[in-house]
Amino acid sequence: MTTELVASRPLAPGFFSTAVGRCGRCLVGVGPGWLLVCALVALLVLLPVLSLWAHALEGSGDLWPHLRTYVLPQAFANTVILLAGVGLLVIGIGTGSAWLVTAYEFPGRRFLSWALLLPLAVPTYIVAYVYADLLHPVGPLQTLLRDLLGIASPRDLRLWDIRSMGGCILLLGLVLYPYVYLPVRAMFSMQAAGVLDAARTLGAGAGRRFCRVALPLARPAIAVGTSLALMETLNDIGASEFLGVRTLTVSIYATWLNRSSLPGAAQIALVMLVLVVSLIMLERWARRRQRYADSPRQQRPLTRKSLTGWRWSLVTLAWLPVLLGFLAPALYLLVAAAKRVAFAGIEPQIVQQAFNTVMISAVATAVTVAIAFVLVYTLRQARSATGVRALVRIASLGYAIPGTVLAIGLLGPLGWADGALDNTALWLTGAGTGMVLGGTGFALVYAYTVRFLAIGNGSIESGFDKVPRSLDDAAQSLGAKAVCRARRVHLPLARPAMAAATLLIFVDCMKELPATLLLRPLNFETLATHLYGEAARGTYESGALAALVIVLAGLVPIILLSRYGHNAAR
Amino acid sequence: MFLRLLIRPLSLMAALAVAVPALADEVNLYTTREPGLVKPLLEAFSDRTGIKVNTIFMKDGLAERVSSEGERSPADLLMAVDFGNLTDLVEQGVTQAANSETLNEVVPEALRDANGHWYALSMRARLVYADKDLDLENFHYEDLAKPEWRDRVCLRSGQHPYNTALIAHMIARNGEEATETWLRGVKDNLARRAGGGDRQVARDILGDLCDIGIGNSYYVGLMRSGDSGAEQQQWGEAIQVVLPRFKDGGTHVNVSGAALARYAPNRDNAVKLLEFLVSEEAQALYARANYEYPVSQKAELHPLVAAFGELNVDTLPVAEISSHRHAASLLVDRVGFDN
Repeated sequence: MTTELVASRPLAPGFFSTAVGRCGRCLVGVGPGWLLVCALVALLVLLPVLSLWAHALEGSGDLWPHLRTYVLPQAFANTVILLAGVGLLVIGIGTGSAWLVTAYEFPGRRFLSWALLLPLAVPTYIVAYVYADLLHPVGPLQTLLRDLLGIASPRDLRLWDIRSMGGCILLLGLVLYPYVYLPVRAMFSMQAAGVLDAARTLGAGAGRRFCRVALPLARPAIAVGTSLALMETLNDIGASEFLGVRTLTVSIYATWLNRSSLPGAAQIALVMLVLVVSLIMLERWARRRQRYADSPRQQRPLTRKSLTGWRWSLVTLAWLPVLLGFLAPALYLLVAAAKRVAFAGIEPQIVQQAFNTVMISAVATAVTVAIAFVLVYTLRQARSATGVRALVRIASLGYAIPGTVLAIGLLGPLGWADGALDNTALWLTGAGTGMVLGGTGFALVYAYTVRFLAIGNGSIESGFDKVPRSLDDAAQSLGAKAVCRARRVHLPLARPAMAAATLLIFVDCMKELPATLLLRPLNFETLATHLYGEAARGTYESGALAALVIVLAGLVPIILLSRYGHNAAR
Repeated sequence: MFLRLLIRPLSLMAALAVAVPALADEVNLYTTREPGLVKPLLEAFSDRTGIKVNTIFMKDGLAERVSSEGERSPADLLMAVDFGNLTDLVEQGVTQAANSETLNEVVPEALRDANGHWYALSMRARLVYADKDLDLENFHYEDLAKPEWRDRVCLRSGQHPYNTALIAHMIARNGEEATETWLRGVKDNLARRAGGGDRQVARDILGDLCDIGIGNSYYVGLMRSGDSGAEQQQWGEAIQVVLPRFKDGGTHVNVSGAALARYAPNRDNAVKLLEFLVSEEAQALYARANYEYPVSQKAELHPLVAAFGELNVDTLPVAEISSHRHAASLLVDRVGFDN
């Protein structure tokens, strides 16, 4: 057996934190500098949450009973159904397709294996707009169908409306499953190879190998991927609102804007945050006794079996998410954009907008990945001490807060910090600084980092999990200091995970809309804000070109990501 | 190590974090109106005056952002849609009085804040979109709840500000109880779940999903003119447009408007821009390019809009309608209109 699956009992909580607290130089210790950075990052992430807390404390007066009776039950039920549906769908598509492309050999396998990542480039709000168009009674598909059947009026052929809970689940699932597919494929292709081959030698059939060996092994990867996908679902406002699904997030907005109660909205947002955090903790608790590690030298890819008989139909099935989640919307956008360009020409600003989008996303990604590395490395040096782990978990909170709510939470601290800076500068030099944080690139980078740090932490942590502790100990016994170990040992070994994190975060930054809309500087448009400006007028066709550019720009990192995966798998 | 990891991105960030310089010939506009709608107006203003307009378009949270920026805010002018949003700005204390004779002269009293904190710049009526074969003479908003429309009505979300404003107006006119009965009736008549946008109502009528719905006036112009492409022109042509009224009143209109920011660093320029926006030239642009009803009596309607018939704006003061907005929103919840 080449891979060890080690299940060990964890030490009593707090053991290492006290160990770390006691000594600066002992074996399991980390320098105070590292801890300080972790604490600072956690504080910066907590600031918007605290500011929301302050809003919530203002009290929503008599609104809460109203919300409890008329709004929350329905919104809560909708949210649960949506999450359950999307969860099942992304696990099904993500795990199934990952298994197919790693366990079997068939013509076009390598192509399919990276094509399955493509839907990642399509933002949820775009996929909703596109399908509402495509599937409408006067849209191309139903018109064609009626022509074929010889039916004159749409009234005589009522089909299922995509503007429904089912439609919302389907569309979100179709663009979010890559969050599961990506880590699970990596798990199958690298980690599970030895055990799976052993199972085969022992005579286990394909179904048994998948259910009894592959799935349990992939559970951490499935959990990480699914929680990212569900967090995206929870944050979605564009698609669910457009498709008429009233989720908790939609209710937060309506409470703030229509019921005119920011405190009420903050209260719902915080309740939602608590729910999300408990769910994540529950999942971690359920898997608390499992440790997954293997030795890097013995990694090798899985021996792939040729596809035979009925299993061929699975290949067709696996192409379906690519077709529906990427090809169909991308082609539709291409046609709409071509029509638009023929009709109105290309607006020259789109080049500037694309540049802005790439620049701000690149900076935010660099900052986020760097911080995530420092956090996760510190956690490792501290041997997962409870205190440090808590700091890292706090630093991941931002992903569980809807974009606009997070942005609202950031406004207060930014304004306050600007005031403090301005006054200090005035006092020291006699000249104020004005606003250097709020309404500048800093605010955007801050927001993106808070929002997407969880992706970085999760990816890099799972990358570090594959590095045996013995390497740390060896480096340390050879006298390497923390910084040196990070540079010479962990950074090179975590590079694949960092690359994956970089690309995922970059794509997410490019698609980010609500926080960008509220926090960006004057005269600063990104592709997403431009598209939204058009969509808000109801003419999203005029934004088709921007939508297409978002999708295309998202393709570049995805292709890089898939090529990286390939090289790693080879 | 981590210092080096952090320094490079930080220096890039510093390059981006350049605050907007407060030059003399500039004005900073925060707007929740879509950039495509206001751009022609702002370009015309810059052409006339040489004053550069810096803009940021945002959707929600305008008041929150300006108030967090406090006295350092670069915002000069705040532009918003829906009188509820405009009164919200005043209530949150981020506005100041413009004190302009010109503005008070052009903008009718019912369409501006009593203390001059905000001014309407254009109006839009909430109309009935309906199947062409229907006979809808003398249609009242109240009629939409009649049983004859069962499973035939399409609407956007009841929580959308355009609908909340209409419901608030109904409360102001007919009282809360009658409005609740009405809203339940309309809910029973829905052919599909409330949602989407106003244009989708036209498209759904074309697609025979429903026969009647409510939408804003300018969308009809945008669709029928072909400005938004051939497909939408088809939607616009598929419907008839009726100017409904309240049983004992006129038609419900909402406004787009602007308010002077409390700490406007370029106050004079902001007032100039406001005055320009109610000038004959700009009002004509509002009417011509955006298919809105101008607030200035002098500007002419776009022929597509004039064809709807004569608009009789209901006489209830905006402030009174606005005061029922919260109640309207809660009513939508109680009725479960969007469920």
